[in-house]
Amino acid sequence: MLALQYVRSVPAYAFVKATGGRADVATSELSMLHLGDVEEPELPGRAWVRVRPNLSGICGSDTSAITGHASLYLDPLTSYPFVPGHEVVGELEDGTRVVVEPALGCHVRGVEPECPRCAEGRPGLCENVTEGSIGVGLQTGYCASTGGGWGEVLVAHESQLHAVPAGLSDEAAVLVEPFACCIHAALRGAAGPDDVVVVLGAGTIGLLTVAAVRRFTPPKRLIAVAKHPAQREHARRLGADAVIGPDEVFQRIRFATQARRLDGPDRPLLLGGADMTFECTGTARGLNEAARFTRAGGRVVAVGMPGEEKVDWGPIWQRELTVMGAYAYGVEPGGRRTFDLALEAAPGLELERLTGPCFGLSEYRDAIAYALEAGRLSAVKVAFDLRDLRV
Amino acid sequence: MGRPGAVIEIDRNTPPVLFHYGEGVRLERLPLGSRVVYAPDPIEPVAHPERAIRRALAHPVEDDPLKALLRPDMRLTIAFDDLSLPLPPMAQPDVRQLVLEEVIEMAAEAGVEDVHLVAANSLHRRMTEDEIRHIVGDRIFSTFYPDHLYNHDAEDPEGNVLIGTTSRGEEVTLSKRAAESDLLVYVNLTFVPMDGGHKSLATGLGSYRSVRAHHTVDTLLHSRSYFHPPDSALHHSCIRQGQLIEDTVRCFHIETSVNNHSFPAIANFMQKRETDWTPADQAAFLAVKQLTDLAPADVKRAVFHSMRAPYGLTAVHAGQVDAVHDRILETVNRQMLVEVEGQTDIVTIGIPYLGPYNVNAIMNPVLVVCMGLGYLFNTYRGRPVVREGGVVILSHPCRNEFDSVQHPSYVDFYDEVLSDTLNPAEIETRYEKCFAEDPWYRQLYRRSHAYHGVHPFYAWYWAAHAMQHVGDVIVVGGERETVHHLGFKCATTLEDALEMAEQTVGRYPSVTHLRLPPLFVADVK
Repeated sequence: MLALQYVRSVPAYAFVKATGGRADVATSELSMLHLGDVEEPELPGRAWVRVRPNLSGICGSDTSAITGHASLYLDPLTSYPFVPGHEVVGELEDGTRVVVEPALGCHVRGVEPECPRCAEGRPGLCENVTEGSIGVGLQTGYCASTGGGWGEVLVAHESQLHAVPAGLSDEAAVLVEPFACCIHAALRGAAGPDDVVVVLGAGTIGLLTVAAVRRFTPPKRLIAVAKHPAQREHARRLGADAVIGPDEVFQRIRFATQARRLDGPDRPLLLGGADMTFECTGTARGLNEAARFTRAGGRVVAVGMPGEEKVDWGPIWQRELTVMGAYAYGVEPGGRRTFDLALEAAPGLELERLTGPCFGLSEYRDAIAYALEAGRLSAVKVAFDLRDLRV
Repeated sequence: MGRPGAVIEIDRNTPPVLFHYGEGVRLERLPLGSRVVYAPDPIEPVAHPERAIRRALAHPVEDDPLKALLRPDMRLTIAFDDLSLPLPPMAQPDVRQLVLEEVIEMAAEAGVEDVHLVAANSLHRRMTEDEIRHIVGDRIFSTFYPDHLYNHDAEDPEGNVLIGTTSRGEEVTLSKRAAESDLLVYVNLTFVPMDGGHKSLATGLGSYRSVRAHHTVDTLLHSRSYFHPPDSALHHSCIRQGQLIEDTVRCFHIETSVNNHSFPAIANFMQKRETDWTPADQAAFLAVKQLTDLAPADVKRAVFHSMRAPYGLTAVHAGQVDAVHDRILETVNRQMLVEVEGQTDIVTIGIPYLGPYNVNAIMNPVLVVCMGLGYLFNTYRGRPVVREGGVVILSHPCRNEFDSVQHPSYVDFYDEVLSDTLNPAEIETRYEKCFAEDPWYRQLYRRSHAYHGVHPFYAWYWAAHAMQHVGDVIVVGGERETVHHLGFKCATTLEDALEMAEQTVGRYPSVTHLRLPPLFVADVK
């Protein structure tokens, strides 16, 4: 089958990293990413089925891996070579349209008894990701055994599949997986109705976090930080009360919270500030700023995938901030699966407006380059369109 | 005696007309038949200012001589106007210094020891040491600053008292020191007819609680205009408050006026009509134009803001507030009034670099509106120069730039409030309280040199009457995005602006250019 494959190669990694992860280098012959004819993944067991992706998104975590920016922490949690792609809407052999819940927990792996985290309904935190009937991997799209969305076929455990409602287009459904992540983050944060909440960053994760917070934990005021005009428009549409630019966060959040502002030698800080911040950029700047404009005793939820970043822990320490990660999905308080919540909420959000342009697999160099500049190019979710491969 | 103000009509021989353009100048050709209104020449100053001041203190109007009011064991508070006037600031010695020196000398002779001097800056920013020194002079500054010479703090919870409520329910607060004094002397510099009188004490030593009584959209919509106090609801309210103050504390009012000699020799061409420009004036214009076209913004600003005006004292009176103020207004009106026959379809105004609220700072976009549609539109009595539904054309770069020290709440006003609504009444209802009570603005007002949190609201309200009256506002040479954010239209050239204005007022409109500063008041017949 035709697929893009990520091959573990220290020289290639070093080369890509040395060039700063430039798109042309990160997709060159000397990189870790290669397009070619690869073996279809085998079904690991009876409860597994083949899924033919229709659309498969390019996630920030994918581009981080490709450009050498991903945390090396993830390396032992991944098996190589793998076919990337975990934001997938596809079809089963009987034509049923599904989205794939990529987390590879105990149940999917056939590991019994389940680990404590999986037993809690949090397969994203599974402690057995090296065990069972498939290779090492946190998710479909980072596991050598399952294939991924950037190939013609992947295999998925039946428990990973969620039927797509007829009214939900592929372009909207491809965002169900990141939307589920953001719903999980919103529920982890659990903002209250009197809170001022900031969502820092307005890529796919930032925008969908805005939508998730607005729907599931509506605060007193929801402020989105967006750099580009199209992002600002989407943020407003998805429920932000105010949309501000990255260079005015301290000014505008100060105003919204009636805090006091002090100007330090490197960056300002607020005395007072937002009750909760969802950090969706995955950057040191984002976390460092969030730590200075989130009020003492407040919460910072890391939603965007961070790499190894230099973070000033001074304000986190002094302000007694709670910094919490929000990864993946599972079963939320109340017993509902995050994916079910996402599929219920998605039809009202016109998520298809966030998707595009779509590229063929053979255009992957352009696709990756586009995804790396998505915000500037007024795009949100760049995706691969594999529907033509089945004609 | 100088020439009175004049209205000239543009013909083929009329030279191009000066337009102020922020920290720059332009020469523009107006359509044939347009009118240009010029300020009167400066009236003759009094020959011996110190002597005139002594005479006023010794022979006050409807009051006892100051000397008779002074006694050794008394508490004496002397308040004086802040740097928001005159504009540009007066070359030293400022007339306030001359008056203060006389008053203090008299107090010293009477053996008064408990003397405080308070800058009546109301909700304006605190003045810096240098700015206070400039107004009061070195001798007073070195003697009294900082313990007995200071800025009024309208947000000091211990330093202000509620002294009562007027018959219309307007609360009146006053500096506690002033309210508890045996004698409160106010030293006024009435630059334009809206200044002086009861407005000085009622606002200058008031607080948000008292100022909010009349700095409202409704009051300003019913002040037509506030350059003519009898027709100004704002002034009526101030008078009610002022009378309550007079009932509470013994007041002695000293009011001065100056002529409109607004520019130093280097910028004398700004003072003159273009037809009177000498070769030296033309050379000075070209030099200033070159400087302002080429120099970096901070250099231009430094040069402009260092200008000091050689005003001359034209009158000084002392005594009871109303009686004094009436006499001063006579002199001020003699300097400022220009008869203008009938209204016009389009009025053009060049906005200068300086207004009351940006001394030593950039004129931010909100202040451009305040200056153009607030102050300069309102320099009329009778009727506005522009007809109802007409067009105002302003020239100013109108950049999205703010002074972060002086105008922090203006930044938020521009970003948060004007993004939401431009309607003054809606702004007042929905946002004013939040800004007025913001603890950070309060802190910056009290400890730094920031205007009060509510101040941008007032700047916007000043323009409410103009916004209601005119059909369109066009800014020539403004930053497009900023001008649109303010709700106005933007034009690259005056020709384009006039063309755009025709869409509102029709073909072949009448055009009047208000060539100011120097300031004048158009007496529209």
